[in-house]
Formats: sequence, structure tokens, C-alpha cells
Amino acid sequence: MPEITLIEAIRQAMDEEMARDDRVFILGEDVGRRGGVFLATQGLYEKYGEMRVVDTPLAEVGIVGIAIGAALYGLRPVAEIQFADFMHPAFDQIVNEAAKMRYRSNGAWACPLVIRAPCGGGVGGGLYHSQCVESFYTHVPGLKVVMPATPYDAKGLLKAAIRDPDPVLFFEHKRAYRLIKGEVPEGDYVVPIGVADIKRQGTDITLVTYGMMLHFGLQAAEEIAKEGISVEVVDMRTLLPIDKKTVLDSVRKTGKVLIVHEDTRTCGYGAEIGTLIAEEAFEYLDAPVRRLTSPDAPAVAFNAGMRDYYLPNTQKIANALRELAAY
Amino acid sequence: MTETMTAIHVHARHREVGLSDADILEMYRLMVLCRTFDEHMWHLHRAGQIQGLHMSAMGHEAAQVGSTYAFQRGVDYFNPYYRGVATALTVGTTVRELMLPYYGRAEDPSGGGRQIMGHYGNRRLNIVAQSSSVGTQIPHAVGIAFAAKYRGDPIVSHVSFGEGATSKGDFHEGLNFAGIHKLPVVFICENNRYAISVPVSRQMPIENVADRAACYGMPGVVVDGQDVIEVYRVTKEAVDRARRGDGPTLIECKTYRLVPHSTSDDDRFYRSREEVAAWRERDPLRLTRAYLEGVGLWDEAREAQLRDACLREVKEAQAYCEQAPDPRPEDVLRPVYAD
Repeated sequence: MPEITLIEAIRQAMDEEMARDDRVFILGEDVGRRGGVFLATQGLYEKYGEMRVVDTPLAEVGIVGIAIGAALYGLRPVAEIQFADFMHPAFDQIVNEAAKMRYRSNGAWACPLVIRAPCGGGVGGGLYHSQCVESFYTHVPGLKVVMPATPYDAKGLLKAAIRDPDPVLFFEHKRAYRLIKGEVPEGDYVVPIGVADIKRQGTDITLVTYGMMLHFGLQAAEEIAKEGISVEVVDMRTLLPIDKKTVLDSVRKTGKVLIVHEDTRTCGYGAEIGTLIAEEAFEYLDAPVRRLTSPDAPAVAFNAGMRDYYLPNTQKIANALRELAAY
Repeated sequence: MTETMTAIHVHARHREVGLSDADILEMYRLMVLCRTFDEHMWHLHRAGQIQGLHMSAMGHEAAQVGSTYAFQRGVDYFNPYYRGVATALTVGTTVRELMLPYYGRAEDPSGGGRQIMGHYGNRRLNIVAQSSSVGTQIPHAVGIAFAAKYRGDPIVSHVSFGEGATSKGDFHEGLNFAGIHKLPVVFICENNRYAISVPVSRQMPIENVADRAACYGMPGVVVDGQDVIEVYRVTKEAVDRARRGDGPTLIECKTYRLVPHSTSDDDRFYRSREEVAAWRERDPLRLTRAYLEGVGLWDEAREAQLRDACLREVKEAQAYCEQAPDPRPEDVLRPVYAD
């Protein structure tokens, strides 16, 4: 199997879905001639033309609102928000409109659309090109929220998202775009939405994570394996709906759990996973549920020292695992 | 026809804009039906017989019927706003369908008991399900128009809103995109001079919403929203233009709501009684009736007959809605997703 980058996997998914289904089109800022500021849509404008790869004005409300209208009419829009940090103006369109369309119409209308957005820090983007915004949306019934960590999952999940009958937010960690390479089969496949994946088998501690943190988590697990600690790494891949069974099965096996995410701590995704475990696997626990997250400061600072202090990394995860192992 | 109806002393404008006698009479029927419904619901609310609230179209009937009548019902897509009672009726919503949400009944086509009144969504009629956020339907209508152009379908996308919505970014972002791509959408602003209590002078520093069309490279048309024939004429032009592929139009109907914003509002805080009384003189039902009488299509007897028929229709709908089944409480959990 050829090895490709995460962003190449995303581009392949869109390319193949556009070739397969003429209802699929892309809209967003700079997605056309420029191919996207990260080049996620590179070459698609030339291949599919300006009606199917639409350069929009700098207007997030419009991008999402127009995508909703197109979806109502039967198209399959893939909207790109250039950075997740700039998705906030479209919150009303996403939460009040897309997420509630099926429900408010008692199933008469639906809103099958994908909103892709690069997220996450560690690339020198500062406060407003680094945010993780997933928890705003994992609170919203009616949305599906996906964050792949590997090229294989990215391609398969994006194809699943484009074919999904409901709105899907698809977050792509921008640091992973070119850093992370992996084998991706040629030809069509999907990774189903709502199914987590055990990326590493283990027996002592369950590490629940997603996105870029998966890679740091896997490195940390390798590091402390040398110390005789066996870590099972669960990659959520889909954040909403939650694959409860995979998480709970792993925790019941290991009895200890560390939840890691790059987003800030309070009311973050880990709070939900921790509560799920406390409610449904309490009697299997040998230690308190632990979280390692970015601290409750607004966002990733630009200064390298401040940034490294702020973001979780391999070393911080390894230390948290050691503490948990010793409990 | 009676003797009094033969005396034609008003120029028959409706024929010049392509409306037959049957058309203009149907338009007047829709206006009266809307008014009858509005008055009835207002009274039911005041009497404590329905929960929630009522938001009426009283005063807007000509703007709504005149504009909506210019679209191809059953073909075009509609994105009305909460005040669009007459819009919904003109598209083909039945009085029963309009009334079911007031009782939260299972059969309510807008949401099966989930939505409050005034949300009009109806798959059968291509009326898109609305939220209660103001102006959010504007980019949806633009997206529908984009999709129609994408597919090569000769449909036109309707969207209506009050002037209050035009302060929102959704308005700007939607019209801007529609202008850039010359999309088949007609924007209908019902400017009734107040966003609840805030007068236009505190909403915008210019006289006309339609003047903003220049920013989006589309025609902006100001029309007397109390004149159902004029509203029809300018909207028909815009709809034809859109269907030909010549792009969008922004129409501003200058109108007035004759009653408070909703049954929960008290307009005495912000409007003088003299101002309201002056606009009552220009009540679109009154103007349309005078026109019909002037061209010899109407008289007292027909008026009474129509009013009776409308009230009967509304009361029949009420009787139906009062006994219509509620949704199952557990259905509040669905449908969140397709599966």
C-alpha cells in the first residue's frame, strides 16, 4: 500500500467522492485556484471547475448557510472553514440550523453536509490559528463530530462523512497534515462514523485520545512499555456519537484510564468520557479517572516556551501514565 | 352580478400586470382568510384557549400575497419568516396545517409538536423548515438558488424577512453571494418600520433597505406594500428575471403591522395611537376591497359571503385541531439523526 500524508488522504477522499457523485461540491475561502491555504483541495478546481470548487467571500456565516441551503436542495456540500478558530461566527448556522433541521421538521427536511476545518496548535499559529473547538459541537445533538488522526482514518471517515445523511463536522489537526504519513489502500473504502479504534493493545492503563494527541500518546506508550507498563490506546476518531462500548470495554480490562486532549480542560471532551466511565465502569476502576489536557488558559500562545508549557506532549503523557501506573 | 357592480370607475390595473379577474379575487380571498385566521388566533390566545403566542400578518397581507403569488407554487422553494401567515397560505398551506402547531399536535407539518407557531415548514409545498433565529433563512435561500443553478433546474428561490433581519450578517453574506453568482433568488423585505420596538431610524442610517441592493450588484425595488397589485407586478418581474438566469432582486415592501409584534408585546410603549390609526386607513384589505368594488368585481354581499366562508374554514380547523392527537411524549427523542 502506498504511504501518503494526512492531507493527501483528505484530498483523495474529496477527489474520489466528487468523481463518484456529482452532487458533491466544495466551497470555502481560497479552496479554488489556491487549492486551500493548506492545499487540501489542490488540483480539484482544475479538475472539476468553478461550480464544484467554489471560492467564497470571507464570510463564515454565508459559507455554512449557503451549504445548508444547497444540502436542503439535495446537493452534498463540503464546506471548508479555513481555521477552526474562525468557525465561531457560523455557530448559529451550525447549531440552530444544520443540527436542528431534521428534528425541527420532524424528519421532513435534512441537512447532509460536511464542514471541514483545520484545528490544533504546535505550528506557530498563536491564539487564533491553533484552537481546538470540538467540545462546542460535541454538546449538540444532531451533529456528528469527527477528528481523524491517521491518513487511513482521514480518508475513510471523510468519505463516510460526505455520504452521511446528517451534518458532520470534520476536524483536521493541521500539525498532522504533513507530519503524519501512513498506508492508505488505493480504491474505495469507508471508515464508519461512530466507531473508535484501538490503535495499541495493552493491559495496564487505557489511554483515551484523538487527533494529534494520538501520536504523542502512542510514543508515550512505547516509551513506558520499556518500564514494563502496558498501555492500551483508544483513538476515538469520532467524538460524536460516542463509541461507548470500545471505551468501556477497554477500561473494564485495564482498570485505569488517562484521557488526553489538546483542547482545554474544563467542560472539555474528557469531562464527558470521564463521567461515562464513572457512571458505567466505576466498579472496574483501580484508580481515579485522570485527564491530561491543555490548561484553562484561552489558547495556544505564540512564544515557543509558553506554547510548550501549554500543550500536552509525549513527555507529559508519559509522566501522567507513570503516575497512574504507580497509583 | 348585481347592479352596483357594473359601474366600473377604477382602472383595471390587475389585468395589465397579467392577473385575471379570478386571480385578483383569489388574492383577496387569501388576504381575508389570513386576516380572519389572525384575528381568530389572537382572540383564542387572549381567551387562554391556546398556549404560546400568536404573531400575525395583520397589515402585511398585500405584501405577502402579492409577492408570493408571483412564484410557481409546487415548483419554487420558499423560505418565509415568522410573520408570513399569508405567505404560507398563498403557497398552499391549509388553515388546518397553519393551526395545528398552536395546539402542538402530531400532524403539524412544520414539526409535529416540536416547533411553536409561525414556522411554516412544509415538505409537500417546498417550504423549508425554519428556526426562530432572525435572518438565518436568507443564506439558505441563496444556497437553494445556487444548487438549482448547479443542477440547471429552472426554479426560483423565495425568501422573505422583516427589515429587522437586514441588520444581520446573514443578510449581507447571503445577498453578496447571490449577487456574485447571479443566482435565481428573490429577496422580499417586509419593512414595517419596527424591529419589535426599535424604529427604522435606529436600525439603519438610510431611508430604504432596497438601496442596499446596489452593494450586491442587483436591482433594489421599493414598492407600496399595501398595494397587492403593485407588489405582484414588481415581484413577477423579479421572479421572471431570476428564472431567465439574470440574477437576484431585492424587493422592499413598505408596510406596517397593525397590531403589536406578538400577543406578548405592547406597542403602546413605542408607537403613537395616531400613527397606528393613520396606517389603519391604509389597511391593505380595505384598499384591495375598494379597488375590487371600483372595478366592479365586488360588493357588500360578496364581502359578507367571503367573510362567512373564511370564518367557517377557521372554525372548522379549530374544531379539528382541538381533538387532533398529540405526539407520543417519547417522540421528543427523535428524529435527531437519520438512523
